[in-house]
This record gives sequence, C-alpha cells and structure tokens, in this order.
Amino acid sequence: MSVALFFEQLLNGLQFGVMLFLMAAGLTLVFGVMGLINLAHGSLYMIGAFACASVVAATGSFTLGLVASFVAAAFAGVIIEALVLRRLYRRDHLDQVIVTFALILVFTEGTRWLFGSYPLYLDIPTPLQGTVHLPGGIDYPLFRLMIILVGLLVAVLLFLAVNRTRLGVRIRAGEADREMIAALGVDISKLYMIVFALGAALAGFAGALVGSVQSVQVGMGEPVLILGFVVIVIGGIGSIGGALIAAILVGITDTMGRVFLPMAFAAFTDPASANATGSALASMLIYILMALVLVFRPSGLFGEKA
Amino acid sequence: MKTAMKGLAAAALTALMATASYAEPTKIGIITTLSGGGASLGVDARDGLLLALKKGGNDEIETVVEDDQQKPDVAVQIADKMIQSEKVDILTGIIWSNLAMAVVPSAVGQGKFYLSVNAAPSQLAGPGCNKDYFSVSYQNDNLHEAAGQYATDAGYKKTFILAPNYPAGKDSLSGFKRYYKGELAGEIYTQLGQTDYAAEIAQIKASGADSVFFFLPGGMGIAFMKQYAQSGAEQPLIGPAFSFDQNILQAVGDAALGVKNTANWSKDIDNEANKAFVEAYQAEYDRLPSIYAAYGYDTGNLILSALKKAPVSDADGFRAALEAADFDSVRGKFSFGPNHHPIQDIYVREVVKEGEVYTNKIVATAMTDRDDAYAKDCKM
Repeated sequence: MSVALFFEQLLNGLQFGVMLFLMAAGLTLVFGVMGLINLAHGSLYMIGAFACASVVAATGSFTLGLVASFVAAAFAGVIIEALVLRRLYRRDHLDQVIVTFALILVFTEGTRWLFGSYPLYLDIPTPLQGTVHLPGGIDYPLFRLMIILVGLLVAVLLFLAVNRTRLGVRIRAGEADREMIAALGVDISKLYMIVFALGAALAGFAGALVGSVQSVQVGMGEPVLILGFVVIVIGGIGSIGGALIAAILVGITDTMGRVFLPMAFAAFTDPASANATGSALASMLIYILMALVLVFRPSGLFGEKA
Repeated sequence: MKTAMKGLAAAALTALMATASYAEPTKIGIITTLSGGGASLGVDARDGLLLALKKGGNDEIETVVEDDQQKPDVAVQIADKMIQSEKVDILTGIIWSNLAMAVVPSAVGQGKFYLSVNAAPSQLAGPGCNKDYFSVSYQNDNLHEAAGQYATDAGYKKTFILAPNYPAGKDSLSGFKRYYKGELAGEIYTQLGQTDYAAEIAQIKASGADSVFFFLPGGMGIAFMKQYAQSGAEQPLIGPAFSFDQNILQAVGDAALGVKNTANWSKDIDNEANKAFVEAYQAEYDRLPSIYAAYGYDTGNLILSALKKAPVSDADGFRAALEAADFDSVRGKFSFGPNHHPIQDIYVREVVKEGEVYTNKIVATAMTDRDDAYAKDCKM
C-alpha cells in the first residue's frame, strides 16, 4: 500500500464522514432541543433526493434542484411537525418511535405512489464531473471534494448560528430549560417548528447531494438513518460539534476498516477466509467504536453529563 | 337416528366437495416483493406472469397476489395462508433467495408445486432438490459463471472481483471463479446495502487490474457505477444482468454505456415469442420489460402449457407436463435438466442507448446449453 493510496482512503473516510454529518446534524438538533426521537428523518432525506431529481429532470439545473431539496424537505418537516409531532413532545420516547416509524411507512409508500418503484436518474452537473489532481499523484473525484467543502461549510454555519445568533441562544436555552424560556416570552412552539424545519432541510439537502453520487430510490433513507443515530450517540446528543467529530470518526473508521482489516487478516490466514472475516469484522467496527465510547463516556464524546 | 343423519350429511358434503373440486379452477399463489426498496423486481415479475395468463385466455385460472415486503417471516406467513385457507395449487413469485429458502421446502413438503420466477439458491439445486420445485429462471450461479467465461474469452488476465458479503454474493464470486482462468487482481466483499464505494474503487485503481467483475444488485449497483464513472478508473466493467436491468439503467445513465453484462434473456433475442412478449408488455404497461418480467412471462406460459396436458390434481401428469417444458420461451431454446433447473444459452449483452432509453443489446454468446454445477448431486 503506497502512501498516496493511504491518503486517498483517508480522504474517502473524511468525505463519508461529512456526508454522515449532514444527516446527523438535523437529527441531533431535533433530539437535543426538542427531545424528540424522529425515525422519519430518513424519509426527509429521501424527500430531498426525490425533489432534487425531479426538479433537475424538469429544468436541467442542479442548483435549482438543490434549492428544491432544501425547500421540499423543510416544507414536509413543517407539515409533519404541525400535524403529528407537536402532539408527541410530552409523550415518552416509545410513543415517538412508534409514530415516527409509522411516518416512515407513510412516506415510503407515498413516494412509491407518486414516483413508482423504479429508481430515479440524478447525476452530478457537468462542471463538477471528473477528477482533480492532488499533490502526491492522487486523482480524486471533484464532486467528492465539493461534498467535503460543502459539509464543512454547513458545519461552520450551523456552529455560528447556534452559538452566535439570537435564534441560537433561544435554541440552546430551549435545550436547557423549556419552561423557563416559555415563561420569558419566547414562543416555544414556533421555535420548535423552526428547529424541526432546519433539521429537515439539512436532511433533504444531504439526500440531494448524496443521491447524485448514489441512487435515488424509495427506502434510501433508512440505512443512513441508522448510521446517523450511531453518530449522534457517539458525538453526544444535541452537540453539533460532537456530531461533526463523531461523523468524521465513524467515516474514517468504517472506510479504513473496510480496506485494512482484510489485509491485516491476510497476514496470518489464507486469503479467502481473511477476506470473509475481515469484511465481516469491518462491518461491525463502527458499532464496536460506539460501544467503546459509551463505556468510557456514557453520554458521548461531547454530551452533557447525565 | 341422529348419527345416521350426521353420516348422511357428511356423505352429502363429501360428494358436494368432490364435485366442487372437480369444477374448481387452478389457483396460483403469487408471493412477491411489492413494497420497499426491492419492489421494482417483484412488480415486474408479477406483471410478466399476469400478462402471460391474460394472453393465454384460460378462464379456469385464478390468481392470488400478496406482498412479502422482502421479509422471510412475512413470506412464510403468506405461504401458509395461501396453502391452508386459500387452497392454492401452485406457488410462485419469490424474488430473493433467502425468502425462497424459507418458503419453498415447506411448500413442496405440503404437496404444492413451486415454480421460481427468479431466486434459485444452490441449496435447492443439489442434494436439496425436490420433484415439485422448478426454477424457470436459472440456477443462481449461472450468470456469474457466464461472466467468468466471458472474461476468459475476452482475454482478461487480472480481474478485480467484488460482491456483497451475503450468501448470494459468495455464490456469485465462486460462480465467476469456476470459469475464469486468469489471475485475480483482488477480491472484496462489500457490506450489504453499502452505497459508498470510494474505498473499493481506490483499491481497484491501485491494484493494476485489467477488468472489474461486480455483482451489486439494485441501488448498490447504481451507486457503484456512477461513482466508478466519476473516479477516472478506466478498467472495463463486467457484471451479471441484475445490475443492468431495464429499470436500473435509466437511473445510472451514461455511466453504464458500453458495460458488458451476462444474461439469459434480452429484449432483442430474435424469436416470435419474444417479439410478441416485448410488444404486448409495452402495450399493457407502457414500459420496456425487464429480465424479471421475462422470467415471470415464461413461468406463466409454462403453467399454461402444462395445464393443457393435465390438471394439477393429477400431480404426476402435471409434473411430467412441466418437465416437458412444451411452451415457446422468450429465451428461444429452453428445457429442464434432471434437477428441474433450466438448460439454456447465456449471452453477453452491452449497454446501449436507443433514442432516449438505455437498454441492452446482445453482442455474443457466453455459454451454450448451460445446465448447472449442482445437477449431479440431485437425487429425486
């Protein structure tokens, strides 16, 4: 394994992590501020991807598609918040899980009803296609570099929004003591709606970006949702910074595990079984990481002490 | 007196049931995936099968269709319900091998016929074969073996191979290796449902491979091909038809153009039955048929052909009629081997663009009259 390949894999891990962050940021905001477990977050991700794919197919503009993904997911978020989730804030987590799971089924079959069972076409816009030369002789896909940059930008903006704006102050206050800020005259239900719409919009945006390098199809959100939960548990619930660090940690652990574990096993067993054992262990690696983090820091890397 | 009445009533009832069963139509239970991520496969298989029955014009056939949600436990429940309360005669429709393993042995154990429209795991082809189980599609390894044969024929010396880490993925790579004579540049098992392949593609580029064989069905294949095209990797791709069916290609777009894939059916196979099928399917559903639709259509026609010779109640006669496979397959040549799996030609197709639609065109024949590696272990 050359040094260049090692760095390329590191970059791949970083990129995967940033994609996970886009998904997890909304999830951790909603869970941290509103105390709501939203399993339907993956559906919002799917809505973003489908909105982007249909707008790109109709207009040919990827930028419009990205805007559409943001708007459509935020809109869907506002609707489900107002119609369904608002009734659940005072209920326990099990009720929230059941209702939001039902929402997954509704959105999945609803999307199939609208778009059919076949995957949609969504490709990277032409100016972003192809590869760029990086120092060290790495040819890296341009769009993946863009995802890294956009993801980090979103992280910075979110961090500033939460820590430097009035809305952010209210969000953080809502996280700490919702009765008190309601008593101080902040419209808590409006605040929750904004937070939920923001989380939904981020998920939709992630869906559109990821959908253009992967596949846009019904049910695409659920596998990512599981990883999203792993990320927010490792990062500490409600912490944007924690979600970013944890997402990158998970991305790099997963990518490096997939590449190096089979090689490591090959050093002392025959190639075929090394391959099988290595891949099997690699797929467990992030859960092992999560378990280890929870052993030493039960509330996650950046979580408040419970 | 009371007992006599009871006896009389029972006798009358038996007589009634006997006559009723005589007039009863043949009932076909279709268990397939109609919701969730894998639904497009099940929808196509169902549509193909129903089209064949509709065209066959046999009024004595009834169908029951249920969605297995791609879950083995659901499939088992549906099968039990169809067998016990719906009293179906023939079961069919399952797409996924793990679901087939859960349903088929118990269905044939209860004396029902099972005809597979897709899944054909090796476990049911060798020592686990059964006289009432027929695979109309293929044996799972077949298309992968053909890909191995094609790689050998094309003179590839260093192929990189990858498949998901689950039973059908392992069957795939072993099927490929059975007929591939070159050396392997690398072998990777990816995670099932994985959608990001950056790490694997980097390994392929660094491995010095001259070609890549991949088996990544559904969304995994779409993601892989799009990312592969973006990566600047130049090695040609080879795969089984599953990642190149009519519905997937539209989502992959240009990234799939020119890719070689192996299949036992293509819409351009030149025979009357196939032309009629492609035309009727487009007229009925307003889209091009996929390979799953073709398997479903052949299954429907096989059932119709067998029913002309014997009713299902005559199990031996019906089985012999199925074995004869006396129908016009859209694949042209078609017959059953001793383990009730097809003997057929397997082609190499290339992805092309016809107008605005991405589709496949046959460019070569990879294997002629291919049966399968397990037939010799089957004792019926």
